Amino acid sequence: MADNLFSLEIITPDRVFYKGEASMIEFTAEDGDIGVYKNHIPLTTVVAPGVLTITEPEGKKQAALHAGFAEILPDKVTILAEVAEWPDEIDVNRAAAARERAEKRLHDHESGLDTARAEIALKKALVRINLRG
Amino acid sequence: MASLRDIKQRKGSIQSTQQITKAMKLVSTVKLQKARIRAEEANPYFNYMYQTVTSMLAKSGNLEHPYLKAGNSSKKAVIAISSNRGLAGGYNSNIVKLLTESEIHREDVKVYAIGRKAMEGLARKGYEIQADYSDVIDGPTYGDAMAISKEVLDAYTNGEIGEIYLAYTHFKNTVSHIPTLIKLLPVEFDQEELSSSSADTNIPMNYEPGEEEALNQIIPKYVTSLFYGALVEAVASENGARMQAMDSATSNAEDMISDLELKYNRARQSSITQELTEIIAGAEAIS
Repeated sequence: MADNLFSLEIITPDRVFYKGEASMIEFTAEDGDIGVYKNHIPLTTVVAPGVLTITEPEGKKQAALHAGFAEILPDKVTILAEVAEWPDEIDVNRAAAARERAEKRLHDHESGLDTARAEIALKKALVRINLRG
Repeated sequence: MASLRDIKQRKGSIQSTQQITKAMKLVSTVKLQKARIRAEEANPYFNYMYQTVTSMLAKSGNLEHPYLKAGNSSKKAVIAISSNRGLAGGYNSNIVKLLTESEIHREDVKVYAIGRKAMEGLARKGYEIQADYSDVIDGPTYGDAMAISKEVLDAYTNGEIGEIYLAYTHFKNTVSHIPTLIKLLPVEFDQEELSSSSADTNIPMNYEPGEEEALNQIIPKYVTSLFYGALVEAVASENGARMQAMDSATSNAEDMISDLELKYNRARQSSITQELTEIIAGAEAIS
């Protein structure tokens, strides 16, 4: 079974978030969710806010992944994430507050509203809440 | 010769100054340790980012992209990173000097200042200060870096500025900090480095979304990461420079104190001798 593993590195600006071997990872890309096994075609893609699932031989791990990009090579995947968090690092209260704020903004159509930004904020908050819930 | 009391007073004042510089040295040593760890942790991210962007550009050769060629405006944005506090030796003035001695003309520069000291120095020299983000340097986060680089990038895409430079102090090690001026945009790479990095990654890369869109997204991240790296390195350099300055101030005070102590003892001894001679002379006159 050992030959279906590829090395995975997830790096954020303030630490090396994850380094290890995995058999599959799933995350949300700009165009939708993708799953990566070993021997994927080389691909560089932009990450959208979503849940990252790492399948290791010992089991699955989940984390919130918010922005950045991923470089996928046949035997190696590197994700340069601007923000990544394990479930126990998420502040649920803050996420809930952020969600309310974003929903309110989108609902009220405030003048001068950056819709795209509010939507991204909402998405991030939802990812955080889902992962904890 | 100065009186005993004068010497004592001066010694006391130097001693209390020395206590302050000693305390400052200890504080910046601790801060330096922290800042250094942060700078080192930011390193892998930055290195990988650099590698990815170079290999992307190497493979996609002659892309026509606004981020890759100079804008029409002759204005140049310079992000100058210094500190809010002085007493750090030449740390702040080196950044100012770096700019005044560079080949960039003063009239073309718009300064985005981070750190009050270099901002004041540059303003005195007649540079145009476009914005001031001095609070950031007290505890730079990636979010801060993102916000500022977005602002500068917006000005670049609007055509307000044609080039973006970054002036900061590179933290080589604890004792060596090098003021550095680098060009952020348009992205320029060593041709040699490009060809060597393309040689060892001979796999055709796919981009999703398209190449141009991917560059659009990745280059700002690249700029932000460079910028964040510069911020954390500058904080480490600032504390390193302050530690050095305070260390030499403390040892200078030490020298002065021992000098004064010698003077004080001599003066004391000579006054005793004088008193004795007077007493003996008086006694002799009586007998």
